[in-house]
Amino acid sequence: MSLAQVETVAPEEAGGSLGRDAWRRLRRNPVAIAGAVLVVLFVAAALLAPWLAPYPPDKPVGQVTPTSIPGPSAEHWFGLDDLGRDEFTRVLWGARWSLVIGVVSLLLGMAGGLLLGLLAGAFGGWVDGVVMRLVDMMLSVPGLLFAIGVAAMLGSGLDAVMIAIAVVNMPVFARLLRGQMLAQRRSDYVLAATAVGVRRRRIVLGHILPNSLTPVIVQGTLTLATAIVDAAGLAFLGLSSNDPSIPEWGRMLADTQRYLSSAPLLAVFPGLAIIVAALGFTLLGESLREALDPKYRR
Amino acid sequence: MLGFVARRLALLVPILLGLSVLLFLWVRALPGGPAEALLGERATPEAVARVKKLYGLDRPWYEQYLTWVGNVFRGDLGVSSRTQHPVVEELLRTFPATVELALVAMVFAVGAGVPLGYLAARRHGTWIDHVSVAGSLFGITIPVFFLGYMLKFVFAEKLGLLPTDGRQDPLLDAGHPTGFYVLDGLVTGNMEAFGDALAHLVLPGVALGTIPLAIVVRITRASVLDVLHEDYVRTAEAKGLAPATIRGRHVLRNALLPVVTVVGLQVGLLLGGAVLTETVFAFPGFGKFMADSIVARDYAVLQGFILFTAVIFVLVNLLVDVAYGLIDPRVRVT
Repeated sequence: MSLAQVETVAPEEAGGSLGRDAWRRLRRNPVAIAGAVLVVLFVAAALLAPWLAPYPPDKPVGQVTPTSIPGPSAEHWFGLDDLGRDEFTRVLWGARWSLVIGVVSLLLGMAGGLLLGLLAGAFGGWVDGVVMRLVDMMLSVPGLLFAIGVAAMLGSGLDAVMIAIAVVNMPVFARLLRGQMLAQRRSDYVLAATAVGVRRRRIVLGHILPNSLTPVIVQGTLTLATAIVDAAGLAFLGLSSNDPSIPEWGRMLADTQRYLSSAPLLAVFPGLAIIVAALGFTLLGESLREALDPKYRR
Repeated sequence: MLGFVARRLALLVPILLGLSVLLFLWVRALPGGPAEALLGERATPEAVARVKKLYGLDRPWYEQYLTWVGNVFRGDLGVSSRTQHPVVEELLRTFPATVELALVAMVFAVGAGVPLGYLAARRHGTWIDHVSVAGSLFGITIPVFFLGYMLKFVFAEKLGLLPTDGRQDPLLDAGHPTGFYVLDGLVTGNMEAFGDALAHLVLPGVALGTIPLAIVVRITRASVLDVLHEDYVRTAEAKGLAPATIRGRHVLRNALLPVVTVVGLQVGLLLGGAVLTETVFAFPGFGKFMADSIVARDYAVLQGFILFTAVIFVLVNLLVDVAYGLIDPRVRVT
């Protein structure tokens, strides 16, 4: 998140060529390819979990006792968890929950942030002042603590986690879009549009907004990574759903805490899954930023 | 310079006031209402009525708000429903542990991050550069609680090199005059306690410091690369200054400016990460206390601790701004 605050202004180039240029650069970047592969892996696991998973995610499929939890084998690739459920199945289904939580919280946070940013950037003046003070206020509480507060207020659960992460991300998007719009507002093409008598709403929605969205897309990709990690963190702290049949990676990690010495791999699999998902979106977002913004190209 | 500090301080007033309103409303929006939330499981109708009267919850909201703000200024943040101790007492008891932990994490992040980032920029385009860029992207995404588990499993449980949890070996007879255990060991001259407290900080410190480390590496690298292309570096080279002088006085000194800002921004990340790290290592600090309070739905503690963190965070950012103004005179003008 802090990296986003050192954002710079995107280039102002003609729409079509910039997109094609960026796409070409993206395809040639090995980092982008690696990120895309991880993202595809994650999304495929999430979408196809019901068909790929060899066992049901919420029912015991083998015998376990706290002292003997079977590790990986031919039947159970990742072994069994502390309740005798198939760990591989649960990691796959966990991808599903992670994707849902990540995407919903991102979309909510983006929508809220863009609305605030649009208000501030389009109207300026006192609206801008009020909105930006609100944003400053929200940014004055460290992200995870803010999320904890919101989730606790909503009484925990999956929707509480999604809303909490969305609220925490709102100020980032608001500030980003406002900065972009302010930069665009002083550009020549806006002056030209104003001069030929285009109406204000049309200038804002038709000209300024589309040209300000590039860094928002980049930030969105990166935010998806932090949203997945933060959701796991909130679940780890017990703020997500109490339903033990829901395989949520952060909760799976927290539940295996007691078996760390007897079955350490139970913590490794959900942990690695979180890293794969988060790393995929981070690599993709970073290379997207590089491809779209010549300032980052080196 | 004084005017600059005063302007920055004045900007904080509306932010903190607004925040206090939000936190005040937050308690009122809690499930079941504030009295029920404060009482937790002991919320019988009589108890609720008693708490409502005690906290003046039967009076109009603006009176309640003013009373609350007045109490906060007098250092009264309410009573923890879990431990029955004043929240301020719990804060003062647990915060030194977290300060120690955060300092170790920061020393690790800056101590390793600046040299690594510098090296990556100097060897731009080589494998050293690629490894440090890839490594820092990996470090940013690794969940702190997972890293904590792995460090604990490998270095404490398997290799037995470092203690698994806590702040100090309970069998050690160590005095704690300051509450900072490492400092306590030095003050009381108990070197064994000093070493033990330090050993307890290594694993959680590394776990907590990894994300800041990754960020410091990235920022240092980018910043050094920027500065290396500046005209004044070329001028210095052209007039024949020794390479070591150029690197020290011109490159590194200017390149570290953005690093100062980023380090300041990490304080918030550290306080948030402490909640997770301290839970993994059963480290009895501010974060662990807060995590336990979440489970117990101890809202007075959450409210007080979040407000306290926000004040610390905002003040540290102010300090960073001031430090920046001192190092770089251009900032003061704007």
